[in-house]
Amino acid sequence: MKTMKTNNTALPLSRDSSKQSIFKFVLSELKPKGKIFTPFNIISIPIILTGIVLIVIRFIYGIGSVTNLSQEVPWGLWIGFDVVTGVAFAGGAYVITFLVYILNREKYHSIVRVTVLNGFLAYVFYAGALLLDLGRPWNVVNPIIGNSFGTSSVLFLVAWHFLLYMIAELIEFSPAIAEWIGAKRARKILSGMTIAAVIFGITLSTLHQSGLGALYLMAKDKIHPLWYSEFIPVLFLVSSVFAGLSMVIFEGAISHKVFFKQISEKNQTSQKGIVLGLAKICAGAMFAYFFLQLLVFIHQKRWDLIDTPMGYWYLLEMLGFVLLPMILYVYSYKKSNITLAKVAAIITMLGIILNRLNVTVIGFRWDAAIRYFPTWMEFVVTLTVIFTEIWIFRWIIKRMPVLSEPPSWAKENK
Amino acid sequence: MSLDRRDFLKTIGIAGLTLCTPDILKAGKSKDSDIEFRGMLYDSTRCVGCQTCETLCAETHGLPPPVGELKAGVVRKTDDQHRTVVNCYNTSKGEVFIKTQCMHCNEPACAAACLTQAMYKTKQGPVIWSGNKCMGCRYCMVSCPFDAPKFEYHSANPKIQKCTMCFEKIAKGGIPVCAENCPAEAIKFGTRREMLTEARKRIVENSKTYVDEIYGDHTAGGTGFLYISPVPFSELGLNTKIQNESYPELSKGFLYSVPTIFVLLPPILLGIYEATKKNQTHENNENE
Repeated sequence: MKTMKTNNTALPLSRDSSKQSIFKFVLSELKPKGKIFTPFNIISIPIILTGIVLIVIRFIYGIGSVTNLSQEVPWGLWIGFDVVTGVAFAGGAYVITFLVYILNREKYHSIVRVTVLNGFLAYVFYAGALLLDLGRPWNVVNPIIGNSFGTSSVLFLVAWHFLLYMIAELIEFSPAIAEWIGAKRARKILSGMTIAAVIFGITLSTLHQSGLGALYLMAKDKIHPLWYSEFIPVLFLVSSVFAGLSMVIFEGAISHKVFFKQISEKNQTSQKGIVLGLAKICAGAMFAYFFLQLLVFIHQKRWDLIDTPMGYWYLLEMLGFVLLPMILYVYSYKKSNITLAKVAAIITMLGIILNRLNVTVIGFRWDAAIRYFPTWMEFVVTLTVIFTEIWIFRWIIKRMPVLSEPPSWAKENK
Repeated sequence: MSLDRRDFLKTIGIAGLTLCTPDILKAGKSKDSDIEFRGMLYDSTRCVGCQTCETLCAETHGLPPPVGELKAGVVRKTDDQHRTVVNCYNTSKGEVFIKTQCMHCNEPACAAACLTQAMYKTKQGPVIWSGNKCMGCRYCMVSCPFDAPKFEYHSANPKIQKCTMCFEKIAKGGIPVCAENCPAEAIKFGTRREMLTEARKRIVENSKTYVDEIYGDHTAGGTGFLYISPVPFSELGLNTKIQNESYPELSKGFLYSVPTIFVLLPPILLGIYEATKKNQTHENNENE
């Protein structure tokens, strides 16, 4: 609360390299900025504290003490939602970097940094959440350091890709950090690495977005046939495009309300064009996805499965959460209606959650006598991960030039 | 620019070394031609449900004694404290016993799934687990069509529990405790080939007693543990819907596409980048 007096500066201040040492600057920046008792803080702080206690319990008494996981259902909410769904939502970073750096669509340049930051944090936290789910996390380095490469495993690929992609995204984001601490030379070097990191990052994303689906290929007899097909990897990849972009639209809408002060005037006016452009891409990707799903459905002759409870559930997902938001997206850019695009983004995101959970949790062992349902503790830990990520995100937004304009020296350098 | 390229090549190089070699079949196939996969044959017509195998298995591996009553119609399951379980089913030919445990597949899904090679197929045949490599991700459990690997959920240092075909013992030329001590001689141990021959011989010689089928001959690409029975296997709670192709085969296509994408996508992206770079000034005027 004592630091309130610095709050009257709207835009984050970058360090003036001549006056202050980096160490002192970073130390001073660590202090919280802004009010402590916001509604978000009041909700998130107790949940995060509870989550930390639960995580301690989990490491002392084992995974079974806080989760409902069983011998039949070894992966639950933490994998199905935190990792599989979270990474799909982080897909925005590779699509936006593709648009901006590879296709040179300058229009989207203003949202690159925030999207990459979001993607990076999503990987750090959601892949980090994987550690909570590992029974023997002290062995997590084994597939990396090379004493035991399980190269025949899809998970081996996914693990490596997570790690490498985090590095690629950190490189893509690093100029913002350099601008923040006023490291001019470092910024120049790091900016030069961007295009390589982008190409590498897109390639990695293509493979691990599909890889997350491929993880479930061997669980052939365990997943409901409406959700299992050899095309899971392709379906996961295509849906990650509009999952990620919907997240970008959604996150942009919230950022514009919450971080209004940080957003430069130029970016505020370009917002509409960006949202409508993304809506168009989403609609296209969703059409491809819907068509693929239809092909899979017809090729596998799944007609007799439709008239069952799971069949209705499948129809709800396909019609209500893919086809409907797709139509809304089309309307939104035809009518230049941003609100409609935001509504479509929310429905699309719900659809992605539904789809990923249908493959990983709801449709997994759908025929078991005792169905898996997460404990309240699993939900709290999941929320803890999400809230902690938002805290870090907010901390960075308020300090580094992410939504705001970079310092003037950085522009001259360009 | 030179740094650019260097970084780019370096990362591609690392990735190429580590990611472009999905040698999926290595897990299953022995290179030492002199060593044959061992296997076990279980004969449901002989088993009397004495549970000697259960008790001795628990004793040998330091696990708690069997729980629950062995009763017709009651299905007990293997778990993290019981590596093998005998059940009794009411079938078309009366009460028939059946033992369940890890099937020791020829091409095990669990071993293909394991990203640290903690779970692996030994050249002697048993599929075993090593604790100093395992990170407890439980992907083996997700992948195994027989649900063989079990996880200690209530431990801070959890292990994967499953039948090891008494690997330490058979590596020294011994016999698994269950096969060694079965009073009804329902379990037989030998090379997988011998077991298949023995199974076929019994079926041919007593064609009225047995159904003309060996569970595990082709199931999941062939398993080390084989069953013969007087009734169809579906009556004994065995999963008969399991495919005859091996399970690692299911993710093979994906894994083989990885090096292709890894090699082809970056140059394509670089090409698009170069192609669109020059038009940059025009782009700004264009509508998206």
